[in-house]
Amino acid sequence: MSFEVLWRYAPSLLSGFAVTILCWLGGSALGLAVGFAIALLYRLPFAPLRWLLRVYIEILRGTPFLVQLFLLYSGGPFIGLRLEATTAGVLGLGLYSSAYFAEAFRAGFSAVPRGQIEAATSIGMNSFDILWRIALPTMLVATLPAIVNLLIVLSKETVILSIITVPELMYQMQTMAAETFTAFNAIFAMAIFYWLLVETVSRLGYRLERRVTAYLSPEARAS
Amino acid sequence: MQPQVIAHSLAYLTLAAGMTIYVSVAGIVLGMGLGFAVCLARVSGNPVLTRAGAFYVSFFRGVPVLVQLLFIYYFLAEFGIDVPAMAAAIGGLGLASGAFQAEILRGALNAVPRGQAEAATAVGFSRIDIWRRILLPQALRISVPPLINEFTLLLKASSLVSVVGIAELTRVSMNIASSTYRPLEAYAGAGLFYLAINLCLAGLGILAERRLSAGSAR
Repeated sequence: MSFEVLWRYAPSLLSGFAVTILCWLGGSALGLAVGFAIALLYRLPFAPLRWLLRVYIEILRGTPFLVQLFLLYSGGPFIGLRLEATTAGVLGLGLYSSAYFAEAFRAGFSAVPRGQIEAATSIGMNSFDILWRIALPTMLVATLPAIVNLLIVLSKETVILSIITVPELMYQMQTMAAETFTAFNAIFAMAIFYWLLVETVSRLGYRLERRVTAYLSPEARAS
Repeated sequence: MQPQVIAHSLAYLTLAAGMTIYVSVAGIVLGMGLGFAVCLARVSGNPVLTRAGAFYVSFFRGVPVLVQLLFIYYFLAEFGIDVPAMAAAIGGLGLASGAFQAEILRGALNAVPRGQAEAATAVGFSRIDIWRRILLPQALRISVPPLINEFTLLLKASSLVSVVGIAELTRVSMNIASSTYRPLEAYAGAGLFYLAINLCLAGLGILAERRLSAGSAR
């Protein structure tokens, strides 16, 4: 194990790390936005729309992310969708995660007690206010643990983008391994690196979660 | 779109789907054994075993499956241990899945009310009987939905073993895409196969849940 090679390749590895973080943030933001829109549309009393959304969710959840990426990146040009690798990666990550986020938000909406909605209606709030002031805050707190969990899973999912040549960390590591014949160093460093990254993200996530849901804990309720 | 591309390579895809199922099932079974062992280690009360179990879970949940696969396939070769592609694939999936299954089982065991084990001790059950007749039946029932969820995730993760050269669905659809120049159809075909297998898994899950909860009054 020589650190000299890792040191020499530090600039490309750092740029790879930046791309990993950017893809993760971009994909998550897109996924959260689309997922939220789907969860809102799902509440409309219009059955055919709900079936369509269900099909969308089942297809994205039931097929591997790698296959979806291939479909988007190498299948896309056949229907006039010519994307750069990184764009395809972020778009793919966003669409894939949107199905999971939508399900999380949907579950969150159903966790809002019926009585609260009924109470809000009876004191004359309109449906937008009910959504904005009653349903949304409760729903967001209820879904936060699931959202944090999904974000952690997504941070690991970015590794797959290397297969369609997005220049993220895994890709840079493999390039380094191929150029210097140091597969040993590269894979070892990758395992440690991603482990630290995911551990950090999950610790931060749990802290955020505990902070936001603090008022739900038994001590807070008693006081 | 030329759907006939899928029709032409249907036999090829079906064979590959068989390989996907084989690798996934082997990974699930290995993961179950490991998950059970790790879960037992974590609830054993022995500080060394508990630590070791916690470390296993943290490492194999924290490192992406793709990195684990490359680790086993290329890293171990550095020490002269030549791991065959199939063993690396099943090992990689199984090790990762073991961490998740261990946590699911541990969560389910914690969900069994403490008073039940205490009551069983009070009426003179042996430790093995408490596990066999009180804890495990209930823990298994609780853990079926999350386990099925984990299995569908593992089935999808099995697309990654294509990088160590196993001819499963994803690898075969890559071959079809490059020999027919129709990637859209090839990958859509593979996607349909994955979807079908996953729907079957979900169906099995509902059956298992109904079967296991038959004895409980609810």
